[in-house]
Amino acid sequence: MTYSLAELCICAASRAFEGDGEVLATGIGVIPRLAASLAMKTCNTDLMMTDSEAFMLAEPNPLGQRPEGFRQANESWMGFSRIFDNVWSGKRHAMLGPTQVDRFGQSNTSALGGSYQQPKVMMLGARGFPGNSISHPNSFFVPAHSTRVFIDGECDFVSSVGYNPERLPRGHSLDDVDIRMIVTDLCVLDFGGPGHQARLVSAHPGISAEQVQENTGFPLHIDGDIPVTAAPTAAQLEIIAAMDPHNQRAAQIKDNPPGDPAPGDRA
Amino acid sequence: MNKLMEAADVVAQLQDGMTIGIGGWGPRRKPMALVREILRSGLSDLTIVSYGGADVGMLCAAGKVKKLVFAFVSLDFIPLEPFFRQARQAGTIEVAEMDEGMMLLGLRAAAWGLPFIPTEVGLGTDIVKVNPALKLVDSPYDDKEWVAVPALKLDASLIHVDRADTRGVCQIAGPDHYMDDMFARAAENTFVSCDELVDSDFFADPGEARLVFWERAATTGVVHLPGGAHPSSCSPLYGFDVAHFKEYAGYSKDETGFAGYADKFLGATEADYQAAVGGLDAIRQLPLPVY
Repeated sequence: MTYSLAELCICAASRAFEGDGEVLATGIGVIPRLAASLAMKTCNTDLMMTDSEAFMLAEPNPLGQRPEGFRQANESWMGFSRIFDNVWSGKRHAMLGPTQVDRFGQSNTSALGGSYQQPKVMMLGARGFPGNSISHPNSFFVPAHSTRVFIDGECDFVSSVGYNPERLPRGHSLDDVDIRMIVTDLCVLDFGGPGHQARLVSAHPGISAEQVQENTGFPLHIDGDIPVTAAPTAAQLEIIAAMDPHNQRAAQIKDNPPGDPAPGDRA
Repeated sequence: MNKLMEAADVVAQLQDGMTIGIGGWGPRRKPMALVREILRSGLSDLTIVSYGGADVGMLCAAGKVKKLVFAFVSLDFIPLEPFFRQARQAGTIEVAEMDEGMMLLGLRAAAWGLPFIPTEVGLGTDIVKVNPALKLVDSPYDDKEWVAVPALKLDASLIHVDRADTRGVCQIAGPDHYMDDMFARAAENTFVSCDELVDSDFFADPGEARLVFWERAATTGVVHLPGGAHPSSCSPLYGFDVAHFKEYAGYSKDETGFAGYADKFLGATEADYQAAVGGLDAIRQLPLPVY
């Protein structure tokens, strides 16, 4: 069975939501959204989801233009003001794509380089990252794993909190922080190493632990033989194809490589 | 009370240095015709509070902005608003960056007459370091530290709605009213442009009245500006204009810059603008976005 790297990432990322119970799963971007949708249809059928606009859905919407007569499965209103009632209740898990991630799991969506008054590269702004990160679990998807994303120092601008003891607010514990999972085009990471160190959970087919470490600007906890990220099942691939009928997933990782490459192809 | 006025009357009530809130969200339901009227005016040194889209980009590019209170500025399908980026990267505007929900709390505090609302949002991030207006405070009820989000008091708010009557009853018929109710309540004066002007008995139907998110006392003036959200959307009447936004963004890479865009489209009146973008019928034909 052949599958793409994007499909492998969607399946791996869907597991981030597995133990969440009844929470709002928010996947921003094609792969995170498909991962949340797949989780809602497989490993956690209690998940909640929005239409990315203003309604909660009993069934995730397929991506992109939908056929004439399509009727989405609304179950409640969820405009942007109400989203924060949910966020601050903690009953949410977001998967997002920040521009920088540091060794603490802090992330940056705001600005790169220069000074704060005059950044070299202005990006989106902090968006909802500060509130998300202090309120509920967060995961990241990184389509091009490199030392430019996983930097050696601290983020140029800390948009979301991580496991940084120096920034821990008074009365809070590092155990309150929940950076659940990072899925990249190379591997799956979490922060389950000693003292919340970033840990290599699995490497994608054809990728070595050394390769992951070389492309990461901070030391990863790599303990023993690292498993290979599980291949998608036929049932998972069928659900993904139905959720993404226009194959937007093919445009998410450069050159849309296969998930199970010929030996040496991704080394 | 008849609150009907013209766009020029709205701008005449604004002054240099004012703090102005702008409703909508990114490329969605922005009071763009009122923004264009500001672009045509001599107003300057404004502090803008917005869930920003091209409203912020255009006002920055035209040199109207002294300070911006923001959580993001984005056109969604063009994630990074090009003229906002230019202004930030040139260091020409002051900024007070916030979290999206934090901005809602600031507007609520202003609407409710509170000096601040406490939250844990922002703790541990650079938001509280770079924005000196955000203070850390103790709680009388626990030993934690909290962020005090100060009231975002607005001199004026500008909002676009689907329908209004001349008394200032405003209906938002699209799927989300965003934070517009709080923008209306947080402001000394709230000016609303509407796509359709309706008789007051339109709201007698409870289904229609249910889509009114603030009472008319919070509306100062109503301007009838069909298509006035263009190039942003006014769902369900029309979607945002993808082709127009692409052309607008293109000017950020053109040597004429925003002046080139303004020369081609802005005109002396909204009628000029609508003629330059193909007319109201073309605006009303713009398809709704699919997410």
